[in-house]
Amino acid sequence: MSDENKISRRGLFMKLGILFNGLVATALAVPIVRFLSSSVTQGRAGAYLSWVPLGPLSEFPEGETRLATFRNPNVMPTDGKTVDTACWVRHLAGDQFQVFAVNCAHLGCPVRWFQQSGLFMCPCHGGAYYQDGSRASGPPERGLFEYPTRVRDGILTIQAGELPTPGEAIALLNEKPPCGARNALVSIEGGKLSASSETNALLGKKKTWA
Amino acid sequence: MIEQIGQWFDRRLQLAAPIREVAEHPVPRNTASWWYVFGSAALTVFLLQLVTGILLALIYVPSASEAWSSLQALNHDVTLGWFIRAMHGWGSNFMVAIVLIHMVQVFLFGAHKFPRELTWIVGVFLLLMTLGMAFSGQVLRFDQDAYWGLGIGASIASRVPIAGPAIVKLMLGGPIIAGATLSRFFALHVFVIPGMLIGFVTLHLLMVVKLGINEWPMPGRVVKRTTYINEYHELTKKAGAPFVPYAIWKDLFFAAFVLLAVAACAVYFGPFGPTGKPDPTIIQTAPKPDYFFLWLYALLSLLPPSLETPALLIGPVLVIIGLLLLPFLSGEGEKSWRRRPIAVLTVLLIAITLGTFTHLAGYTPWSPHMNAWSGAPVPDEFLHGTTALQRQGALVFQVKQCRNCHSLGDQGGQRGPALDSVAVRLTQDQLIRQVIQGGGNMPAYGKNLTPAETTALVAFLETLHPQGQTPARDASRDVALGEDQAQRQSAQR
Repeated sequence: MSDENKISRRGLFMKLGILFNGLVATALAVPIVRFLSSSVTQGRAGAYLSWVPLGPLSEFPEGETRLATFRNPNVMPTDGKTVDTACWVRHLAGDQFQVFAVNCAHLGCPVRWFQQSGLFMCPCHGGAYYQDGSRASGPPERGLFEYPTRVRDGILTIQAGELPTPGEAIALLNEKPPCGARNALVSIEGGKLSASSETNALLGKKKTWA
Repeated sequence: MIEQIGQWFDRRLQLAAPIREVAEHPVPRNTASWWYVFGSAALTVFLLQLVTGILLALIYVPSASEAWSSLQALNHDVTLGWFIRAMHGWGSNFMVAIVLIHMVQVFLFGAHKFPRELTWIVGVFLLLMTLGMAFSGQVLRFDQDAYWGLGIGASIASRVPIAGPAIVKLMLGGPIIAGATLSRFFALHVFVIPGMLIGFVTLHLLMVVKLGINEWPMPGRVVKRTTYINEYHELTKKAGAPFVPYAIWKDLFFAAFVLLAVAACAVYFGPFGPTGKPDPTIIQTAPKPDYFFLWLYALLSLLPPSLETPALLIGPVLVIIGLLLLPFLSGEGEKSWRRRPIAVLTVLLIAITLGTFTHLAGYTPWSPHMNAWSGAPVPDEFLHGTTALQRQGALVFQVKQCRNCHSLGDQGGQRGPALDSVAVRLTQDQLIRQVIQGGGNMPAYGKNLTPAETTALVAFLETLHPQGQTPARDASRDVALGEDQAQRQSAQR
């Protein structure tokens, strides 16, 4: 064996020392990575979601769209007011509701409801939606985010818990309504939209935006 | 006595010689210019931000429930708290501006070329960190704008394919914008990014000292990898002058001037916000980013929807890669801006684009004016000599919030076209179709207008034409209805 290939006793110990440190670092990396990614892993499979009461049906008159607030089900002691969330409740008839997130489907700014023109308008980049949440105009690529709803014992509840964002619609009715398709085809008689297209779309049944 | 103490320390620290060497290293004489002061000014403002940042941390509470009130306390209760906040806020604006000016100057003077490629690359990372500090600082001012700004950030991040939702939860520290979100942005703003900044600034400065400051570019003096180092040594060793005091006095003057300017802005304009409480149930808000992100706000409104996600996700990556590759793509050749027209035009184009977007974001023509329908009545001159039906139409026009997007007499939204002379552009049939079916970025109103309302509204819209200019009409009507009847109709208008 030539001199260059010889490993000295000190050299071997140094390499073993580096290896030992590498092993310890790897072992310590496991809890660090798990800690850092806990906000992702905790929320797997809709774990952040639960059914939240919005209030008795009497608070939401039929045929109207009203602002409601609820407390996010995941609360930390330091959250303050940030866990209070607003949403738009549209009472169609009987037990039939549409509950929209206030967050614009474009970039999440809070949309406002205009009863007279039947539009939701966004103050940020000018997105607009029809009363059924479908896209009317502006930059959004889809309609408003919608929470699944359920009526139990006269109380309207929604499944909520996550910030709705364009890339993620877990727990939100996920179908993209085609841009204003249902609204563009309106006869001059106008007035009220026939119930058929709206009522069957809601509650229990999967939505179809044919 | 003082000299003895100094020597006692230096025998142990042995720093006097290397410090003297750095201070007195020769620089090319013509670099002692007012154009060469922006780097040191950026460093000065960075130090100011460190000091004022630490001072703010003495009072600020990084908790979603307390942050807003701790800022109020700084503004109103703590002696000169408002001034320190204002210095930190204005310091941030100055820092972004000076870093950008420094970068443009370096680029136009060809300082990114051989052998200073790595200095430029480290500088690109310093720019990104500066912008990161600006954004995370805006988040720490935990008000309405910060809250909804985070929502916008989350919405952009969520569009990353596959990993989007995970990135959002990682960014927010949970399923929603809440306490954990503020805490992690606090950690980023106060520990992570400043730590990296200190490290990268040190590297950046080390390279400036080791490689020497870029000489004043002369048209015709071309950079070649083989000869540059020798040429530079000629400039410094033979004709150079020591950095201290030959060049540094200008840096010192400018640094003091910048600090004074920050303080003057702080005293005159005061601190930034906080605006309304970060309460997501208060939706009567139109969030806007801080000054240096306004151009992005405008871009996000003006991009066609189909281009938006690719532009948001791929655009920044391309820009950063382009900046990082720049010194390798043009590492040699002319340094002087006089011989680099494309470089000058590129800078001008970017500056004009960003300037235009920022200007547009100042008055947001794309946003509906939420209160125009109730706050801006139809001007009198549009109602003179109108019939009852047309006046009814003017009422429909207001009540149905058309004004939020359409202006009359310069008042109202600018989302849609001004309607002062709409009757010249559209015939009666076209008006009816546009109102009922929408199109071209206008919602369809068919469902929300009764036939009577539509008739009245269109009758009003048909009156909107300048005096002496006839409204648009469908020529085929003359044939279809008979000329007499068509004329009688237009006479009624």
